[in-house]
Amino acid sequence: MIARKSSTLRVVLYEGRDSRPLPAELRLELTQTLLDRGFLVSSVKPNGALSKFQQPHILVLGAFEQAVSPLATDAQSDTQVHVRNVDGLALSAICELVDDVSKLADGEDADSSGNSSPADPKSPRWKPWFPVIDYDRCTNCMQCLSFCLFDVYGVTKAGQITVQNQSNCKTDCPACSRVCPEVAILFPKYKAGPINGDEISSDDVRREAMKVDISSLLGGDIYSMLRDRSAKAKSRFSKERDDDRALKERQRCLTKLQQNIEGLDIPAEVLSSLPSADSIRERAEKAKQKAQEALQMNAQNKNV
Amino acid sequence: MKPQRSVLFCRCAFARVVPDDVKNDVLKHLVHSAEPFDAVGDLCEMSARKDPTLVDLAAQGNLTVVACYPRAVKWLFSAAGAPLPTEGVEVLNMRTDDAQTICQRLTPGFSNATPDASSSSGESAPAESSLSGGSA
Ligand code: SF4
Ligand code: SF4
Repeated sequence: MIARKSSTLRVVLYEGRDSRPLPAELRLELTQTLLDRGFLVSSVKPNGALSKFQQPHILVLGAFEQAVSPLATDAQSDTQVHVRNVDGLALSAICELVDDVSKLADGEDADSSGNSSPADPKSPRWKPWFPVIDYDRCTNCMQCLSFCLFDVYGVTKAGQITVQNQSNCKTDCPACSRVCPEVAILFPKYKAGPINGDEISSDDVRREAMKVDISSLLGGDIYSMLRDRSAKAKSRFSKERDDDRALKERQRCLTKLQQNIEGLDIPAEVLSSLPSADSIRERAEKAKQKAQEALQMNAQNKNV
Repeated sequence: MKPQRSVLFCRCAFARVVPDDVKNDVLKHLVHSAEPFDAVGDLCEMSARKDPTLVDLAAQGNLTVVACYPRAVKWLFSAAGAPLPTEGVEVLNMRTDDAQTICQRLTPGFSNATPDASSSSGESAPAESSLSGGSA
């Protein structure tokens, strides 16, 4: 079977002029298989044209009635058009054809753009979990920027908050959406509204306004709590290795925090993989500084 | 002249937030209909990659996106530097609507999506198509 990949290759299921329709079941199975592996699939029917996208490669699959030329270049767009006759072929054989052309297209892309790491959005293995900002609601307060320890947020040259490192975001963790006072941060794959993009009710807004300022909790008190507990633990369990103990303490404190703040919904894996308390403090300060600089810049620009 | 309507289907391949029965039944309807359409594995992933295809899709005048919440779709396109036009774009939500409702919107007059098209999404809300953000 073909491997998952990004949509560099567009696969066109052609059932227009000079071709026979594909068997109904095959057409559905093939479409599902290609989509599940990340290809862009376009279906062309006798009464419709192919929408124009700037794609470096297009693979056209059809049950053609006559012999077809396997490769052509669209002079207008420079797109490489690969054509394969799949008349009478089974799903697995068609997938092999797709795989071959995909490798060819991938080879060219790797030559021109280099390799990407698994955590990179360009990598086919990355699960797309990241915040999306609703700028109709965002007031550019920079709370999200000062809260996030993982450099997910940044500021544009024009001083606007932006999501700049999507792949740094911790999968399934929607915590930063909870600090946004305007309910302006979405995670489209989150289970519940309004974080998933559902409409926002006045109740949602009121709830956000009443919420504990998690940012200050995580940026301040929680760390002194960690330190205190860590110091106490040191005298009690002096035989345990320092690192192990600190980690356990961090997990305990953050789990407690999670229980206390209803709906914070931070996955256990994220809690257990947090950096050391010192590193968290350092990162929180850096993020806060970044946010303050952005706010100052915006205030200055307003006064000009 | 109004441009021909384009349909973009999102399979939400990386997560289970769109019920399988709804996305499978809607795709089945599209695949067996006489209209052309484009389909992507996961719009979220394309948005994160800032896939240039989203710019081309947004530029199509008359577009129906079959995916999830309109607010999510709107800002996913925007995040990719491909803002959707404020007019002429309709978003059909597979997280809240059942396959039958969506197929009827795609093909007016259509009465029975598939034999099992009565399957519902598990979440309940009226059909959504507006691209305006939720303001409270
Ligand atoms: S916390 Fe919310 S309102 Fe403030 S900058 Fe971030 S997204 Fe915008
Ligand atoms: S846009 Fe909506 S339906 Fe599509 S992948 Fe993202 S969450 Fe899933």
